[in-house]
Amino acid sequence: MSSDDVDNNRRRFLTAATVVVGAAGVSVVAVPFLKSWSPSARARSAGAPVEFNISKMEPGQQVIVKWRGKPVWVVRLYTNILATLSSVSDKLRDPKSDESIQPEYAKNEGRSIKPEYLVVEGVCTHLGCSPTYQPEVVAGFQGFFCPCHGSKFDFAGRVYSGVPAPTNLTVPPYYYVSNDVIRIGEDGAV
Amino acid sequence: MSKDKSNKGLLGWVDERFPLTKMWEEHISKYYAPKNFNFWYFFGSLALLILVLQIVTGIFLTMHYKPDGAQAFISVEHIMRDVDWGWLIRYLHSTGASAFFVVIYLHMFRGLMYGSYQKPRELIWLFGMFIFLALMAEAFMGYLLPWGQMSFWGAQVIISLFGAIPIIGDDLTLWIRGDFVISDATLNRFFALHVIAVPLVLVMLVVMHVIALHEVGSNNPEGVEIKKHKDENGIPLDGIPFHPYYSVKDIVGVVVFLILFSSVVFFMPEMGGYFLEHANFIPANPFKTPEHIAPVWYFTPFYAILRAVPHKLSGVLAMFSAIAILFLLPWIDRGKVHSIRYRANSFRWLLTMLVISFIGLGYLGALPPTEIRTFFAQVFSVGYFGFFLGIWWISKNEKTKPVPERIL
Repeated sequence: MSSDDVDNNRRRFLTAATVVVGAAGVSVVAVPFLKSWSPSARARSAGAPVEFNISKMEPGQQVIVKWRGKPVWVVRLYTNILATLSSVSDKLRDPKSDESIQPEYAKNEGRSIKPEYLVVEGVCTHLGCSPTYQPEVVAGFQGFFCPCHGSKFDFAGRVYSGVPAPTNLTVPPYYYVSNDVIRIGEDGAV
Repeated sequence: MSKDKSNKGLLGWVDERFPLTKMWEEHISKYYAPKNFNFWYFFGSLALLILVLQIVTGIFLTMHYKPDGAQAFISVEHIMRDVDWGWLIRYLHSTGASAFFVVIYLHMFRGLMYGSYQKPRELIWLFGMFIFLALMAEAFMGYLLPWGQMSFWGAQVIISLFGAIPIIGDDLTLWIRGDFVISDATLNRFFALHVIAVPLVLVMLVVMHVIALHEVGSNNPEGVEIKKHKDENGIPLDGIPFHPYYSVKDIVGVVVFLILFSSVVFFMPEMGGYFLEHANFIPANPFKTPEHIAPVWYFTPFYAILRAVPHKLSGVLAMFSAIAILFLLPWIDRGKVHSIRYRANSFRWLLTMLVISFIGLGYLGALPPTEIRTFFAQVFSVGYFGFFLGIWWISKNEKTKPVPERIL
């Protein structure tokens, strides 16, 4: 066949058009497959709020509540520890919680609604390990210590400087249903 | 090719329909490899052997394993205790994973020593690096399947690495896990990727690696090109056919390897907690992180780099760069001389520094961090990256020794 009457422009256009249409088709078909990796409806509904009664907690006690499969800590702090919160501020990376995740009502020194009860997600903001609660001084430190990479947090879940964790522990949305019961997983009615 | 002479019998019938003899000759009986392969050339064929071993043992493990958050741990115990010879198949698979990395690291070291990544073998090196990457993904996802404490928390930490990416990080980790935490959904998808998706990619990459190798021809400890000197039939003067010469040599390597490998399988399959970590004999508990978590030994060098940087995003970037920079090696090294035998002394020092840093990082990455260890991890990280910078620097005007024309 002679190549004199081949219209190269037309040929290039058709090739390009076919490639573009094919690529568009492939990308659209990829969407359902990629979306199938998102949390399923069941996983999303398992993220429903949970309630917890704090009336039986002793001072210093930590209780782990399961919410969205994550550990959420409820800690009743010793009253003498509450007084120390402001004294460590200069050793913290984000003492005012400006870069950390918490509801507006927990953006205060104790990072809580009632200072005596700390409610935080027990998930290190570095790489997701669950830090250990150290109510007494162990090896010169008390607070929350992450065994994986050595991050340290104070009793308000605020991160110390010079450790790998970038921000304070996350405070989940919660509110007091009554004086004794907290509901973790949603904000209270305003 | 040899259509006119071997056109008879079953083989002739097949050859007319499928290039069987042609492929056999091209890749095996008439693939001419340099005649001076030494000890370091065992590891390519050993890697292939382990790949086959992992696929076969893996297939049999899936016949008894249950990828289910509630049953996975129990089904592994079931394999170990109730399935006839199940313990052997599992230990072959778990030891095979570590053996794979031993062999691959030695194989890569050979490439560094003799300049096997240099022109014209850049693509072989690139395919090899993709194999390394796929292998790491394969090992990481396989480690989640027993659903022990270390499976769970190891995966938690590694997936959280992606959370360090600005803006999309958190959504990306949620998408990878398929849940708000590592859960049944994560286990199931990792199982699918581990048993089918990644192995398919791995096998295809291995084929491409070998085809690219056979296209340009093997490098050798002298680092000279055997194709420069051919006889009247076009056969390299310093080449010998892969079969029977190297096939027989490789059998020796296989025998020695299997002696060592089976000693581990039978007498120390846990390798003191380095191949199978102690914490993994406890079922996954999303509410309690083990006292000390460390990845399996083959990831510890990169993990130590991650920990050496006291900043989340930079640490993650440093760790990924440590792998990414290996891909660029053929272009970082501007040298023309391949083999360490004829390169400048500075090259030997740099390579020694790399090996010490890599082993040092691997050692530190397995231990809990203390201030002094973090300091040494930082020193070794500098040593690791320093190798690449050094290679780039010295290879500009390297004082090399005269390279021989042929292999003596």
